[in-house]
Amino acid sequence: MANRGETSVGPTLATQRATDSGPAPGPGDGGEAAQVIDRREMLDRLLKLGAASLVAALASGASLSPLVAAAKGSETKQKYRYGMVIDTRRCVGCRSCVAACKAENKTPPDVAYIVVLEEALGEHTDDRPLFMAKPCFHCDDPPCVPVCPVGATFKRAQDGIVVVDYDRCIGCRYCLVACPYQARYFDFGANYPAVEEETSYAEVPSPEYRQFRVREEGESPIGNARKCTFCLHLQDEEGRYDRAAGRWPACSKTCTGRAIIFGDFNDPESEVSRLLKTRNGIRLKEELGTEPNVYYLV
Amino acid sequence: MSEKALKSAFWAVGVILILIGSWAWVDRWLNEHQNTDYGSVVPWGLWVAVYIYFVGLSAGAFLVSSLVYVFNIKRFERVGRLALFTAFVTLFIALLSISADLGHPFRFWHVLIYPSFESPMAWMIWLYSAYFALVSVELWFVLRHDFVVGSREQGRRGTLYRILSLGSREDSDEARASDRQIIRILATVGVPLVIMFSGGVGSLFGVVASRPAWSGGLFPVLFIVSALASGTALLALVSAVFQDGLRRNRQTVLALGTLALGLLLADVLLQLSEMLVGFYGNEPDKIASLELIFSGPYWWVFWFWQLGIGTVIPLALLALPSRRDPRLVAVACGLIVVGFLALRLNIIIPGLADEQLAGLTQAFSSPRISTDYVPSVMEFSFSAGLVGIGLVLFGLGEWLLPRERDQAPEEVSHVTA
Repeated sequence: MANRGETSVGPTLATQRATDSGPAPGPGDGGEAAQVIDRREMLDRLLKLGAASLVAALASGASLSPLVAAAKGSETKQKYRYGMVIDTRRCVGCRSCVAACKAENKTPPDVAYIVVLEEALGEHTDDRPLFMAKPCFHCDDPPCVPVCPVGATFKRAQDGIVVVDYDRCIGCRYCLVACPYQARYFDFGANYPAVEEETSYAEVPSPEYRQFRVREEGESPIGNARKCTFCLHLQDEEGRYDRAAGRWPACSKTCTGRAIIFGDFNDPESEVSRLLKTRNGIRLKEELGTEPNVYYLV
Repeated sequence: MSEKALKSAFWAVGVILILIGSWAWVDRWLNEHQNTDYGSVVPWGLWVAVYIYFVGLSAGAFLVSSLVYVFNIKRFERVGRLALFTAFVTLFIALLSISADLGHPFRFWHVLIYPSFESPMAWMIWLYSAYFALVSVELWFVLRHDFVVGSREQGRRGTLYRILSLGSREDSDEARASDRQIIRILATVGVPLVIMFSGGVGSLFGVVASRPAWSGGLFPVLFIVSALASGTALLALVSAVFQDGLRRNRQTVLALGTLALGLLLADVLLQLSEMLVGFYGNEPDKIASLELIFSGPYWWVFWFWQLGIGTVIPLALLALPSRRDPRLVAVACGLIVVGFLALRLNIIIPGLADEQLAGLTQAFSSPRISTDYVPSVMEFSFSAGLVGIGLVLFGLGEWLLPRERDQAPEEVSHVTA
């Protein structure tokens, strides 16, 4: 198992809440690999890069952010490649993953970071159905990322997780349109009764991105695009998960049939890597060249 | 009905629509997006369709104005500034529509401080801003001399012209020549800018590989041609109605009608190409979207609204001898303008209302996770309000904008550009 029991739990959970000055999801970045940059930093970097590279970037159609990243050094090297192998034959369709994800991330009624698709195989009602749990695939070449007009959504350099910067997102929903897997949801601001009636549950913040936001009318993430984060708020400072300590994506942790296997594809000894080597995994819509990091065993 | 009664009816409709829209506007700001009916499967709805509709009208009207101010075509000279005014008003309405659609409209400035050069949406917003600035400045220079002259009048009109003249007092021939020079430069810059903007809106859809109904190279071209066709038609209608235009702009209305006919045919050709190639290619997702257009729950939007009202009837009116009657030409062009809204809706909604993965909409129970999209009453009211704002702005323009000074209608006057 990847990264088991290597770090303590305490300090990682007690990290700071994101403030207005630095809307960077995942303080687990430790700063060194942060791709989100604030306004002043942006200007600084632009000045340092000089107009020539800007022109070059425009001419080559390249985005500025990889350029900025390249200018900063070798941090584009991906340390972890987190992903999942989902065994459809082990899935019993109990939807615990959906409930666990909702409990973990406190998503509102219209948002579900993981859903379970269902299809009857065969013609009779008692024929074996096919269940397919579907989180975000955290593609290597995610179509949702380049379309964002403000760079609010990006693929983290250190671990490949595709995240949304709620404070930067303007809510245009272009990413929802561009995703071929319906992995993104718009937060329309609806609430479950417990929040609507302002019970004490409404005061419990969501640990998402370790920003610990309490749901408030008109405030992000309402009006933003939302998606699965592989529960990155459970990573330690090094960006590692720990299953034994319970710091593991909620859907995988709770899966009754052990159908959702999570891990690091960069680690050849991880369960996901071994499963891919020994079994035939398939990915959805390969023809689009998105290179998803979630494989299905059928 | 007398002309006065018609005018009163026009104002009444405009004001009533604005009142309806105000309610929706308040609801949008109080309840955010809760009373809209688009969702996470169909993330863009009526408001986006209305946005691309109005930016299309604006781009088309602007390009017609360039026929006057860049290419110096005398036939359209009389409606040059009306074309610019039309471009300005419709562009403004488009802005209102898309600002309501955004989740966080007050963060629009993020696109300037967090630029993403890879995003067609970012380019669209920058080009929109540049175009808006350009059309505002150009319109002001086109009207400057009339503002200066008008500011000498007494009463409310005079006061208004003094404000609109922004302190400019010059009415010498040199000042007018300098105006023409500036207008020519702005209009010349505007042509590639507007083509980029309009094509950019199309490429925003064309680049989305996950939506087969949109993806491909035809969309940017289709958007430019659609903009030209719908904008020319709107200008023909406005030229006929505005400031006694039916009598004074007779030949110009007829000429715009002919132009609209050609452009509409070009648009039909592109659409036919897209549809027939799509059907023959037999790609399942593409077929699904086309079937939604032709035989889905909104089949009538295509067959009656887009094809009947927006294409067949106006084509007949503009091709048959009725093309020599400016009233019928104006009606035909009005129908084209109405029909293009159906075309815009048929781009946005069927392109999205198809499950990305089979069974998705059954996987999770929420009205937002559905391929059935009917704009809510609030969405309709909001868009109706925008039409009302358009009517009132045109009404105000009709009343306030300086009239063409030449007394003899249709005579070729001196070169103004």
